[in-house]
Amino acid sequence: MSWKNYFSTSIGKKLQMSLTGLFLIVFLLVHCYVNAQIFYNDGGVRFNEAAHFMGTNIVIRITEFGLFGFLILHIVQGLSLAMKNKSRRSNAYAVSAGNKTSAWYSRSMALLGTLILLFLVMHISKFWAPNRFHQLTTGEEMNLFTAMREEFQTLWVVAVYAFGCISLAWHLIHGFYSAFQTLGLGTSKYKGTIKSIGVAFSIIIPLIFLMMPVLFYLHIIA
Amino acid sequence: MQHYNMNLTLKVWKQKNSKTKGAFESYKVSNISSEMSFLEMFDVLNEQLVSEGKEPIAFDHDCREGICGMCSMYINGRAHGPWSQNTTCQLHMREYKDGDTIVVEPWRADAFPVIKDLVVDRSGFDRIIQAGGYISVNTGNAQDANALPIDKQKADESFAAASCIGCGACVAACPNASAMLFVSAKVSHLALLPQGDPERKTRAFNMVNQMDTEGFGSCTNIGACEAECPKGISLENIARLNREYIGSMLSGSNAEGLTN
Repeated sequence: MSWKNYFSTSIGKKLQMSLTGLFLIVFLLVHCYVNAQIFYNDGGVRFNEAAHFMGTNIVIRITEFGLFGFLILHIVQGLSLAMKNKSRRSNAYAVSAGNKTSAWYSRSMALLGTLILLFLVMHISKFWAPNRFHQLTTGEEMNLFTAMREEFQTLWVVAVYAFGCISLAWHLIHGFYSAFQTLGLGTSKYKGTIKSIGVAFSIIIPLIFLMMPVLFYLHIIA
Repeated sequence: MQHYNMNLTLKVWKQKNSKTKGAFESYKVSNISSEMSFLEMFDVLNEQLVSEGKEPIAFDHDCREGICGMCSMYINGRAHGPWSQNTTCQLHMREYKDGDTIVVEPWRADAFPVIKDLVVDRSGFDRIIQAGGYISVNTGNAQDANALPIDKQKADESFAAASCIGCGACVAACPNASAMLFVSAKVSHLALLPQGDPERKTRAFNMVNQMDTEGFGSCTNIGACEAECPKGISLENIARLNREYIGSMLSGSNAEGLTN
């Protein structure tokens, strides 16, 4: 029996979702902390310092490969599980329980995840990809602060970011608790605490992210 | 509560066997007493159908006391009807009023193929149990009941998990048609007792593996199973199953008796 066997059953795949999900939660924290430097409103000095560290530190750059690897695993495994699970009931119920027995967002993780993925494609093509390309061609990083300021002058871009943050919040409300439940921590002793921290995390982090384009758009950060 | 009679319209799923397609059929029943159980109402309907020379509706039932796990109707979108921690046989007609329309479907999951009408084949559960839901007991005289000291709390938790009647409502209610709550209850009641120790390293994996083979979906921690379980089996059991599984992965990956 190899670990591969253990990771191939339905619980094994659930563990893959849980562990990659927890990694992505840690990533969100770091990303949020770095970007929150813009709130100093110092013309991007502190933010660009932090961004420079993230863009050049060797440990961070190696972890970045892991991040993309885990992200892709989370997406592929999540979508494949959702499709397989859908096929387990070929004949749908004429009357369904709807929200009486479960929360809509817990049943909509694949949909919410897909919305986040669509947002990510736009987000990465606006900041991460041009910056890495710039580094590769000139050896220098872009000024990400001015890039943000310029991007967030367009209303529809801000609206897409708001939509992305809201999708992320709902995805996290179920995902945060679910990751710990999968690791076996959903006991009567810890469940309440995990759920509370999860809900707080799911509201606070996306809210901080959301404030960034909004404050740029309103010229509160300049 | 005042006793009353009611007339109802029933939309019931009729299906000849697992190979044919089913469809809803409408029936009218009259003078149904509010004191009747849901299954007694079906008895009245079936007597009516027989006297009209029609084929009665096939449905599963046995004890009609809420303990055997045979009854299995999906009533107006709810497994075992709208009452919490309740089986279909213990659902009473006082829930309904005159003129109501009730939609009755079988458990719907590809792992539970329809045998006829509302009767589904739940033998997948039996094969999951055979894969690991047992303990090894030496033959000979039964030992003294208190020879093996067991924590009161653990005994209670084990007993609560063992109250699973294997009706399949968890599968019926789960949007993924997963059997995790059932498997977790069956793993839990053995994992909490010293008697369950010899097979501990293989039980969780083997039963989950069989669950996957049977074509049940995977658990995504939605919790509809817990909400619909007639015996109140808690999601804590799924957390315990996950711990048992991880424990087996970390310590016993070379244990004998793992099937794959």
